[in-house]
Amino acid sequence: MENKKRQLLYAVQMYDFYLYELQLYLDTHPTCPNALHAFRKYKELRDRAASAYSDLFGPISPMQSGCDNVFDWVKGPWPWEKEAN
Amino acid sequence: MWVYEKRLQYPVNIKNPNPALAKIIITQLGGPDGELSASQRYLSQRYSAPYAQVQGILTDVGTEELAHVEMISAIVYQLTKGLTPEQIKAGGLDAYFVDHTLGIYPQSAAGMPFTAAYFQSKGDTVTDLHEDMAAEQKARTTYDNILRFADDPDVRDPIKFLRQREIVHFQRFGEALRITQDNLNSKNFYAFNPEFDK
Repeated sequence: MENKKRQLLYAVQMYDFYLYELQLYLDTHPTCPNALHAFRKYKELRDRAASAYSDLFGPISPMQSGCDNVFDWVKGPWPWEKEAN
Repeated sequence: MWVYEKRLQYPVNIKNPNPALAKIIITQLGGPDGELSASQRYLSQRYSAPYAQVQGILTDVGTEELAHVEMISAIVYQLTKGLTPEQIKAGGLDAYFVDHTLGIYPQSAAGMPFTAAYFQSKGDTVTDLHEDMAAEQKARTTYDNILRFADDPDVRDPIKFLRQREIVHFQRFGEALRITQDNLNSKNFYAFNPEFDK
C-alpha cells in the first residue's frame, strides 16, 4: 500500500478506535463531561480523516461510494488482504 | 441493523505464512472462548436485558466482537495464503485442508466446529453479566497462550491489540453489573429476576 494511503487509513483507524473506546465508556458513564467533550472533538477529526481518505482512495462506507459511471465500493483490495493494511 | 466499513479495526499485515500458527489462532474465531462466540453471546443476551445502559453495552461490545471476528479471520487467511501442499503438511494443517482447503471456517484449535453451546443467554441479567465477564477473561487467557507460541511481530501486534480489548470489555461489563445492582435491592440482589419478574 502506498504511504499516503496507509497514513490516511491509519488516521481513520486511530480516531475511530478512540471514539469506539469512548462510546463504550459513555454507555456506562453517559453524563461524563470529559468523555462527552472528547467524543465531540474526535468525531470531528474522524470525519475529516475519513473524507480525506475517501476523496483520494475510495469509500470506507457504501454511502460514500461514487455512483456516476462505476460503483467504486466494489473495487479491491478488501480489508482482509495484506495489500489493504 | 449493521453497515459494513471497508477497513479492519486494527491493521493486519503478515509477511510470512505460518500454518502451525494459523492452526492455533483459528480457535479465537470458532473456539470455545473465541470472538464469534463472544459476538453471538452479547448480541443474543441484549434483547431481554433490562436497563438501557446494559442493552447499550451489550450491543456495542457485541458489535466490536464482529470486527474482531474479521481481524482473526484476516490473520488466519494471511497466515495460510499461498501455502504449498508440502508446507501445509509440515505445518500440521493437512487435516483442516482436506475439509476446507484454505477457506476460513470457524473451529477450535483442536478441530471442533463452532457451536452455540459455547455460550449462554440465560434471561437473567445478573447471571449473563457474570458469564460475560468470565468470557472476557477466558479470551484474555487464550490470547496469552497464543502469545506464548507466536514469535512473529506481525502476528503478535494485532493479537496484543485483541488481548487488550478483552480487559476493557471486562471492565465495562463490570460497570454494567454495578448499574444493574444499583437498580436492585442491595439487601438481596436475587430477590427477583429483573429480566422476567418485573
